Amino acid sequence: MPLLYTGRRRTKLDRKYNGPARQGPVRHISPAQLNLERVYEQNRLNSQKKDVAKVPEPAPGPAAKGKPRLLLMGQRRSGKSSISSVVFHKMPPNETLFLESTARIQKDSMHSFMDFQVWDFPGQVDFLDPSFDLDAIFGEIGALIWVIDAQDEYLEAINRLNSTILNLQPSYPNINIEVFIHKVDGLSDDYKLDIQRDIMQRIQDELSDHGIENAPINYHLTSIYNHSIFEAFSKVIQELIPHLPTLEALLNDLCRSCRFQKAYLFDVLSKIYIATDSSPVDMPSYEICSDYIDVIVDVSEIYGWARPSEYIAQLEGEPWNKKLEDQVACKDAESAIVLTDMKRPIMLREVNKYLALVAIMREGSFEKMPLVTMNVETVVAGLTEVFEITKQRK
Amino acid sequence: MEDAMKNLSVEDEPTASPSEPRKQKKKKVLLMGKSGSGKSSMRSIIFSNYVAKETRRLGATIDVDLSHVKFLGNLTLNLWDCGGQDAFMENYLAQQRQHVFSNVGVLIYVFDIESRDFDRDLLTYRSIIGALQQFSPTASIYILVHKMDLVVPNQREEIYNDRVSLIRGKSDTFNPIPFATSIWDQSLYKAWAEIIHDLVPNLDQIEKHLGSLGKIIQAEEVLLFERSSFLVVSSWTSAIGAQNPTTDRFERLSNIIKNFKQGTSKFTGTPKSAEQFVILEIKLKVFSMFVIKFTTNTYLAVVLPPGEERFNSALENCKIALKEFEDLDSPAKKGSDRGATSSET
Repeated sequence: MPLLYTGRRRTKLDRKYNGPARQGPVRHISPAQLNLERVYEQNRLNSQKKDVAKVPEPAPGPAAKGKPRLLLMGQRRSGKSSISSVVFHKMPPNETLFLESTARIQKDSMHSFMDFQVWDFPGQVDFLDPSFDLDAIFGEIGALIWVIDAQDEYLEAINRLNSTILNLQPSYPNINIEVFIHKVDGLSDDYKLDIQRDIMQRIQDELSDHGIENAPINYHLTSIYNHSIFEAFSKVIQELIPHLPTLEALLNDLCRSCRFQKAYLFDVLSKIYIATDSSPVDMPSYEICSDYIDVIVDVSEIYGWARPSEYIAQLEGEPWNKKLEDQVACKDAESAIVLTDMKRPIMLREVNKYLALVAIMREGSFEKMPLVTMNVETVVAGLTEVFEITKQRK
Repeated sequence: MEDAMKNLSVEDEPTASPSEPRKQKKKKVLLMGKSGSGKSSMRSIIFSNYVAKETRRLGATIDVDLSHVKFLGNLTLNLWDCGGQDAFMENYLAQQRQHVFSNVGVLIYVFDIESRDFDRDLLTYRSIIGALQQFSPTASIYILVHKMDLVVPNQREEIYNDRVSLIRGKSDTFNPIPFATSIWDQSLYKAWAEIIHDLVPNLDQIEKHLGSLGKIIQAEEVLLFERSSFLVVSSWTSAIGAQNPTTDRFERLSNIIKNFKQGTSKFTGTPKSAEQFVILEIKLKVFSMFVIKFTTNTYLAVVLPPGEERFNSALENCKIALKEFEDLDSPAKKGSDRGATSSET
């Protein structure tokens, strides 16, 4: 089938796309296309204001009304609600024991740098039932996350996943399918890999029996009791970011010029990293950065209360005679910590409301902090620009 | 401007006057309570850098678990964690009566709020008080009503008050200080910080110095943490800092940093009890803050209004002030003989 061959993240704006024109009831919008359409629409409206007589054609494809959506699906009791509570609501993992089973579709909007919607889908609902509006569910979806309980019989789950993929592939070939092999805490490493191999094999066999090769499926081993779930979400979300290569290039440059060991661009709210430099991600550095964000968020919660205005006035008066904003070097939040014996300082710099840049520095580079700060400043300006371009403006 | 700030120093403070010689035997801190009430759990969390869920691994304490906890220089807490099973209790009260109850500085008695037989707990408590009356009548007593997290929130206050008044009734001439605690939130840090606060010698001096340091660097708040437990030993708060709506901030800070230390020790591969960081700087829009490794046994946290110059000069000044505090922390080095035992309150 030609549609399948096109693979994911190729849209009709992409030259390589050779499938039929996507119009009519099937509405697939990849995030890249979504953004392009936004930009197009903006330009169109702007030029409309300038020149009323000359109206350009509307953006190709359906209007971009929705946000990119993540869909969590899987058998019941596989841990979907736990995942969304832990990742997006900061619930301590051991409290998820008390979560009730989900009876209806839970929609969760995540107000972050890009607007995500997480739909927590009850395991017992058969969405292939004709009474469901498939288009309403899968229309604007960015990624389908299928959760499989690794500590349970998973054959049934795989069968359902296979039938879902087979049903979705013809109409929505560009949906990323992410399989979370969940609850792997407490399993030995060998056993984990065995399970992953087994599941991959079964899905691949089933799909190739139906003539589907190279389906866009990614596998992740996850657990809510460690950072692996955040890691997996990071990878899922990175697939949905259209300007990821630009961000990565910026971070690479920063790492090279400042001799950083590792730099992450974090979404502060969910502690998912949306971009990192190209050196391999190691768990310890991710964990320490995410813990560090926690510390700063918690401390600012304690001391971030609004000071009375007389006090501010006093601070701005003698002997400083300067506005408080002018007394600080950096308008956004910045922080640094030096771990034992000047080894490996870690720095954090706020990028915008949602994002923070966290980097692990090399030994002994804390003395060069001013230089580092200057470089970081430049990169942050660059990052802001990248987001500015793709942001929807009113 | 920075020079002007640096010239001011804390030197105009009078140095500490030598107090009574420290030849007396170290006083004990007794940790007692019914079996399974959570004594060893809280001890591990406060002094051994455990996190709450790791305490599940702890087994029952057999007999007395003696430990010397190094605290603030030459203050060593002589901590007796007494196993709470009935057989041991009888043993303490009979054969070992004098051995256990003589020369006690502080008794920390833990009540389990979930206990089904509170009357019996009271009875045991009563006999302990009796023994204490006999051998160490000057000891101070702290009552921890523990595992508060197991009670429905809106009943906590009522049950707690009820228990405390009953316990007070059985306390003879002692005046116990009660706390409601749980290992799952910061209430445990609050209770222990106050207990430690009463144990530290020359605390008045430290507090006075902290105050003058805070005024000089125009801080909103200055906190002195003990290194291993990260409990707030001493603090100074300006008039503005006192308006902070978060009243349990010291405990929360202890909790935050202790949790972070778990992460850093995993990252650096050093033991949890080791020094995990030397400096932490946070500059936000409404405040700036730094936490530095201060004297051998303490960390200093300073909360300042925003401003680069203010921040840097404060940091420098704190490093200058370090010399003054070093003496207060470990007077033994100077050869003076300030009381280093756990003092009576």
